[in-house]
Amino acid sequence: MSKFKKKKDGGLPPISTASLPDIVFMLLFFFMVATVIKEDNLIIENKLPKANQVEKLDKQKPISYIYIGKPSANYVDTYGTEDRIQLNDKLQRVKDVQAFVAAERAALAEELVPTLTVSLKVDKDAKMGLLTDVKQELRKTNALKINYTTKKGDVLTN
Amino acid sequence: MAKRSAPEVNAGSMADIAFLLLIFFLVTTDIAVDSGLSRKLPPWEPETVDPPKIKEKNIFTLTLNSNNEILLTSGGDSERLAIKDLRERTTAFLDNGGGKGKDACKRCQGAKNPESSDNLQKAVISLANDRLTDYKTYITVQNEILAAYNVIRNREFKKDYPNLKMNFVEATEMYQDRAIDDKVRENLKEKLEAIKLVVPQKFSEAEAKRD
Repeated sequence: MSKFKKKKDGGLPPISTASLPDIVFMLLFFFMVATVIKEDNLIIENKLPKANQVEKLDKQKPISYIYIGKPSANYVDTYGTEDRIQLNDKLQRVKDVQAFVAAERAALAEELVPTLTVSLKVDKDAKMGLLTDVKQELRKTNALKINYTTKKGDVLTN
Repeated sequence: MAKRSAPEVNAGSMADIAFLLLIFFLVTTDIAVDSGLSRKLPPWEPETVDPPKIKEKNIFTLTLNSNNEILLTSGGDSERLAIKDLRERTTAFLDNGGGKGKDACKRCQGAKNPESSDNLQKAVISLANDRLTDYKTYITVQNEILAAYNVIRNREFKKDYPNLKMNFVEATEMYQDRAIDDKVRENLKEKLEAIKLVVPQKFSEAEAKRD
């Protein structure tokens, strides 16, 4: 009799949470591997448009980023609502693009300079005017390989 | 002495620490967008050189206005074009093959309309946009033009290299994959270059008009 009583005393054993850290660590490692730390702190809006004829950018070749878009809501008071260019961490003017490309080239090994690709990350609601000016500057400084960086998706939903 | 087992380290807070790290990484990172439409800009020429003479029927002119509408001028006619028809019309123009004699197009499978493009080598697509055109419209048009070229390139690639069992776009992806053996990639590169010569992208962009 007493044997039966003893077993009933214990109630439900607590669920072991010993493997919880393992699960969370697994998630952590997944996110650490699958994500890239943001290259630039954006002060402009940058919602990329969608396209489906995309090619992957070769990460082994040097890439420089030029961002174009309206200043984001926090900066409207400082920078207004016109489209602006962001190079590295600062908003710059069209005439600064050539100097930016020169600086990016100077940081590269000489044999890599001709393979430099300029990735244009332009907000989908930006106007073409500023982008056209930037493209003219890139032509002047002979940075001819460009990439209109886009998301993958159906263009008709842009 | 009494036998004493080593006290267990309490690992209960390990999960909390790991969660903290996890949330930190979730917040500070974003999955990188590393794909897009690759293009090559024409070199800068300060003095205007005489433009090469091209027959009007070989030019497919797309004009985007500030209301994001597309105007197509081809073979002397102008019309407003909807985005959904753009790919089909561009493919039809490139693939027309209306040339005769030495301009005849062996690979074209189009309507052979004498008012439209002669052959794949001569067909030129010209894109002009306004300074107030939206970027998303511009990208959509670029995408559709690229799609039209890819349709024809895919077809020709499959026709020329049927034993590879892939199309031009798949072959390009495979060529760019560094995990694949170098010999295979070199072999693919030759074939891709050959198709690019057969179906060249003759695409010109006018500078945006100033208002």
